[in-house]
Amino acid sequence: MAANENNSVALNVKNLSVFFGKNHAVKNVSLDISACAVTAIIGPSGCGKSTFLRALNRMHELNPEARMEGEIKLFGDDIYSRNVEPVVVRRRVGMVFQKSNPFPTMSINENVTVGLRLNGVRDKKILIERTEQSLRMAALWDEVKDRLGAPAISLSGGQQQRLCIARALAVQPEVLLMDEPASALDPLATSKIEELILQLKKEYTIVIVTHNMQQAARVSDFTAFFYIGELVEFDATTKIFTSPSKKQTEDYVTGRFG
Amino acid sequence: MENHFEAGLDALKQKLLTMASHAETAVNRAVQALTQRDSELAKRVKEEDRVIDQCEVEIDDLAIQLLTKAPLATNLRLVTVAMKISQDLERIGDEASKIAKRARDLSLEPPVKINLDLPRIAGLALNMLKAALDAFVNKDSAAARAVIPRDKEVDALNKQIHAALVQHMVENPDTIGRCLHWIVAAKSIERIADHATNVAEDVVYLCDAQDIRHTGVKSQGAPAIS
Amino acid sequence: MTAPNHQWRQFKDVLMQIITLACAILVIVPLILVFYHLITEGFSSLNLDFFIHLPKALGEKGGGMANAIVGTFVLICEAAIVGVPIGVLGGVYLSEYGGTKFNWAIRFAADILNGVPSITWGVVVYGLMVVPMHGPSALAGGVVLGLMMIPLVMRTTEEVLQLVPGGYREAALALGIAKWKTIVQIVIRTALKGIITGILLALARIAGETAPLLFTVGGALGWAHSLKEPIAALPLQIYLYATGPYEDWHRQAWAGALVLLLLVLAINIGVRFLTRDRFQQKI
Repeated sequence: MAANENNSVALNVKNLSVFFGKNHAVKNVSLDISACAVTAIIGPSGCGKSTFLRALNRMHELNPEARMEGEIKLFGDDIYSRNVEPVVVRRRVGMVFQKSNPFPTMSINENVTVGLRLNGVRDKKILIERTEQSLRMAALWDEVKDRLGAPAISLSGGQQQRLCIARALAVQPEVLLMDEPASALDPLATSKIEELILQLKKEYTIVIVTHNMQQAARVSDFTAFFYIGELVEFDATTKIFTSPSKKQTEDYVTGRFG
Repeated sequence: MENHFEAGLDALKQKLLTMASHAETAVNRAVQALTQRDSELAKRVKEEDRVIDQCEVEIDDLAIQLLTKAPLATNLRLVTVAMKISQDLERIGDEASKIAKRARDLSLEPPVKINLDLPRIAGLALNMLKAALDAFVNKDSAAARAVIPRDKEVDALNKQIHAALVQHMVENPDTIGRCLHWIVAAKSIERIADHATNVAEDVVYLCDAQDIRHTGVKSQGAPAIS
Repeated sequence: MTAPNHQWRQFKDVLMQIITLACAILVIVPLILVFYHLITEGFSSLNLDFFIHLPKALGEKGGGMANAIVGTFVLICEAAIVGVPIGVLGGVYLSEYGGTKFNWAIRFAADILNGVPSITWGVVVYGLMVVPMHGPSALAGGVVLGLMMIPLVMRTTEEVLQLVPGGYREAALALGIAKWKTIVQIVIRTALKGIITGILLALARIAGETAPLLFTVGGALGWAHSLKEPIAALPLQIYLYATGPYEDWHRQAWAGALVLLLLVLAINIGVRFLTRDRFQQKI
């Protein structure tokens, strides 16, 4: 189901199913993620939205019982084809997690550049440039520019999450996946992250899983509603939240269940 | 378990219906005062307008409260529509007051010898209002859409009355004062029909999420819901 | 909440406090006793001679345990070379790779090995190395101590690695970092202090092992010139001197025991120093 005709499609998902052993977690989902836009995934707990998100950068493969069917194309490239390594996919599709996890043994700038350094980039000039660039994009530069060598864990929760975003951006992915990035943060930190997302979408494609519908309404352009592994409705965010087409969506959005 | 938010929405609907019934009563009385030259009734209409105004304030207040809870989808449309309908009802109340004022002025002077079909235009306007409000209660989008074309009839009738009065004024200049009162009263009734049309359009938005104002596509069918 | 109930509960509370305090003190008492005895008996013999000189011939007074002290260090180094790589990498495998049934079997084996009496280890290495080599050697001693270290280091490494939250692994993999690089640069680096602590504590434990050395090392009165020769070791020397007939030997045995204790103490203090919170600035 195409979401719009103007922007190109960043991720083209066709008949995606994900199994964990016998558990059919994602059932035959097809949708197109538009480039340079924010797509939100909402739904009650256990509806498969996180599993779906992780399939977009092959992170579900960390579970040895995971199995997938279907096709996902990243700007035309099949990310599950036999000669594509998961490592390469993950450099193009980055991920930020619910609980911020800056590496504790590293300083702030070491954290930002870790993706580059451990993938072979040695040029100090590039590393320094990319550090500042990424921290600026993550709206964290002004707060940490004087203490880049300080331990990453000395930052506050909201700052740590922005650091994780900078770390993900430093490897210059094309798509950024966010799994409930603000759910562990206070309202002020949350609104900073939301502002950041609205800024980032000018250059990046963002897919965000959130259980907070107001957040989805605030930041996203398109919203997908999942229920028990199935994609129930996918449309422009305004439509989903003012006049959804499916009764299930209406019931979820008005709080009658979930 | 009771849903507090749903209870808030119900309270909003109730207040709106109460306000509507006051507005309907006000119009009825005003027209009656006009046709029966009853200045006592006219005075009562003006007093009860305060109740209608107070209702608008309360409804807006409750609506704002509900908005802070960030309602979505149908609930969002209900709250915003409630605020708009209450505004239209308040204006209807004001028009009723205007009619009542003219009724009082006319009752102090001898009647004009002209046959005006005022009961008919008043009846049309009142029926439109009632139909729009019933459509709101029953969430009946088709019934609401049916109200809208009836405004043309009211406009046409008002033009007729206006023309008849103008002619009478030309032929009988000593009735100019009184005829002007009648013109204003008829105009107010026409405005009440306009407001009823607005209410009907708001009901269509509430039911179908379709904004049919100012588009001229007043009688198209509702979009299919899967 | 009647008053008598309240008083009774308070009394129980205080009683528990006293009992647990008493037990805590009892834990420290043996340590204090050991220290006290060793210091009073052995400290006077701790002179430069003790650390520099070789044991004198039977019956003669004086001399030191220089070769035994050096021997113990040599054995610890050998044991580390054998035990650390295998133990750490085995622990890494258990924690980061491998299917569940296989891992269970390895863990079970490691736990059993941890419980094997040290003298049994000595006998095994006696058969495997001392007999084919026609005699005891430093090599055999290092090997037996190393083998004893392996299950210990493997289990502590695995446990410490498991304590590293999965979130770090996920974050690193999500950055497109290969799995083995994630393990080395992120997981092991995060757990490094814990791994080193595990290694040092294992070393401290085997430094004092005597029984396996009985079969493998042989003891010596002079310097060993190659690893294939028998070597002196502190625990062995202490045993020899303590059970010998000479007063002088007894005196030196106390000193040796004190040195051994100080060695273990030094390792433990080293561990504490290492695990303190510090952070270095680097680009």
